[in-house]
Amino acid sequence: MNVKVKFFAILRERAGVAEAVKEIKSGSTVRDLWENLQRDYPKLAVPGIRLLYAVNQEYVTPDRVLKEHDEVVFIPPVSGG
Amino acid sequence: MFRLTREKLELADLIDLVTDPEAGAIATFIGTTRNNNDGRKVIALDYDAYPEMAEKELARIGDDAKRQWPICRMAIVHRIGPVQITEASVMIAVSAAHRDAAFAACRFAIEEIKRTVPIWKKEVYEGGEIWIGTQSGQRFE
Repeated sequence: MNVKVKFFAILRERAGVAEAVKEIKSGSTVRDLWENLQRDYPKLAVPGIRLLYAVNQEYVTPDRVLKEHDEVVFIPPVSGG
Repeated sequence: MFRLTREKLELADLIDLVTDPEAGAIATFIGTTRNNNDGRKVIALDYDAYPEMAEKELARIGDDAKRQWPICRMAIVHRIGPVQITEASVMIAVSAAHRDAAFAACRFAIEEIKRTVPIWKKEVYEGGEIWIGTQSGQRFE
């Protein structure tokens, strides 16, 4: 099944793309997807930062199981204001 | 109203949005972009956001504030894209029957924006740039 991943801020720069469609195994979690993405984008991980996770525009925990067509975003530390 | 914009912010627009016949107070907050951070000279700022989620989170802040304080209305607008030094990056306006609730909800809103809303600030210096919060970026040659 496919999910859509969007990259923002530092992660977009490191991925080199703003979004991607990724095929994953049924039962995959957000954490599994992040690990898979490391292979596609070797420079993606930013050492020493803590990521938060969003599925369909809601914060979730990394053990959230993904569904077909979910929109997944990895959220580096926010710095609005 | 809770939204992101690439346009320059106007406080009068937010005050109009929260004006309410039941209100005896309007508190406002303006976050502005400064020319220095951690001893570095900042020459430009650029905000990125996950827009759909950021607007939802801003609205969630408004809902949470209404549950905690007797406020009438709240409006938050955040800039994205390039913002010149001295310009406003965020404006908040809150109306309430009394000033205590207006001040408290306004303070709550800016703290929550900094804590949960998916917006990111990139500071550009002479010789490099940094995504604030990650301490990562790149050096220009």
